[in-house]
Amino acid sequence: MRRIYLDHNATTPVRTEVLEAMWPFFQERFGNASSIHVFGQDARAPMEEARAQVAGLINARPGEIYFTSGGTESDNLAIKGIAYANRDRGNHIITTAIEHSAVLSSGAFLETQGFKVTYLSVDAYGLVDPNEVEQAITERTILISMMHANNEIGTIQPIKKIGAIAQQHEVYFHTDTVQSAGKLPIDVEAMQVDLLSLSAHKIYGPKGVGAIYIRKGVEIEPTAHGGHHENNVRSGTENTTGIIGLGKAAELAAQDREGEYRHLIELRDTLEKRIVDEVEDVQINGHPTKRLPGTLNVSFYGAEGESLLMSLDMKGIAVSTGSACTSGSIEPSHVLLALGLDPHTALGSVRFSFGRDNTIADVDEVMAHLPGIVSRLREMSAVMEHE
Amino acid sequence: MYSPTVLDHFQSPRNVGDIPEADGIGEAGNPISGNQMKLYLKIDDKAITDAKFRTFGCAASIATSSMLTEWLMGKTVEEALTIDNKTIADELGGLPPTKMHCSAMAADGVKAAMADYEKRQVGR
Repeated sequence: MRRIYLDHNATTPVRTEVLEAMWPFFQERFGNASSIHVFGQDARAPMEEARAQVAGLINARPGEIYFTSGGTESDNLAIKGIAYANRDRGNHIITTAIEHSAVLSSGAFLETQGFKVTYLSVDAYGLVDPNEVEQAITERTILISMMHANNEIGTIQPIKKIGAIAQQHEVYFHTDTVQSAGKLPIDVEAMQVDLLSLSAHKIYGPKGVGAIYIRKGVEIEPTAHGGHHENNVRSGTENTTGIIGLGKAAELAAQDREGEYRHLIELRDTLEKRIVDEVEDVQINGHPTKRLPGTLNVSFYGAEGESLLMSLDMKGIAVSTGSACTSGSIEPSHVLLALGLDPHTALGSVRFSFGRDNTIADVDEVMAHLPGIVSRLREMSAVMEHE
Repeated sequence: MYSPTVLDHFQSPRNVGDIPEADGIGEAGNPISGNQMKLYLKIDDKAITDAKFRTFGCAASIATSSMLTEWLMGKTVEEALTIDNKTIADELGGLPPTKMHCSAMAADGVKAAMADYEKRQVGR
């Protein structure tokens, strides 16, 4: 069976060029980048090149990039790091209801530590209103954390406007760009971002490595205390192979971004149109235009998400669903509920996320199976009216 | 994640639909925000002669509903009421721990259908 991978927002395969760049650093050039001898320096130099490559992707300076284990760690470090370093200034953080769980859970943790967190609502497309951000700011506000693009629905927030508001009110601004880095243009200067999270494995790099951008002059309290690596921001022997993979992936993403954007949007729009034309009672979730190019989130009323996912998987097509049927009940995605979807519609949602290796033939293959799967599940559904 | 029996019942569910002149109808699950099952039973002389279902939910809840209808066929009312939250999971060769509530929904559906059946008997 030909297998089709349409879950690139979850993770991506490592590109061959990335793997080739990483390869020597497992064995031949294995040195600890903190060592002064030749082995150490032989690992240090390419790591610094990777720092410049990552900086180039977001228009930062290499000295403002620190390597981490990925998006979750970067989010934790940004939010807790700013919170603990600014306790004397305030205790209020503003974020949104549709953030990744790394941000929401960091916020929930800080609430147990005496911080107050405002979770802003979004409109039916998933957009935050900049006026609401401004209104939420108090004298005690120290940080705004808002994702650039949402992982489930792809909606792109007006980051530049939020950055200007944060700057005007002298509040730090963090953005999670795990889904957008390498896919959308990012400029930390134009966007007035103080802290930014990104991850390698969403852009054809290896898992377990990412980066945080921290604007020069912005102080954070580290979460890992140790041997002064990464300028004391993130201690722990550097993951040289991973970092070099991240650097190469960032370089390639910047090079290929425009062509890939067109490729992804063509595939996504074709699938979207065919689903709307060929399947009844569907709803596209997310913003019609302000959306990640490869992301398509669809609700199929009356069919449950995991059943849709499993049925497609049996036909060799890998997608994802925001609903999680785990201990006790099925839980609709918090993102879809925040858009105002009723729980049943939210439960019947599937995310298709395209990547560079997908082709139009993959769209045809999806549409060869999807309408039949949906009607089969609806036929046996207890929430549909049957004749 | 799922046993071959679960996948088989999910892919080819048995007894999907309803019974127009059912003797007992049971609903289980969470009608507002979760899995939902409707179970239809035909009962002759205190024995189940037909069982059909409709379910909205994950693969495990569809498979448990399907297996439930097979398990019920030919059972007496008393036998059917011995069902608990593990009965159908065991019949399916086990369910992941996080999916045991799907098996519990099947048991709830049987109890609801039996309560409906008893109510109709009184009314006769």
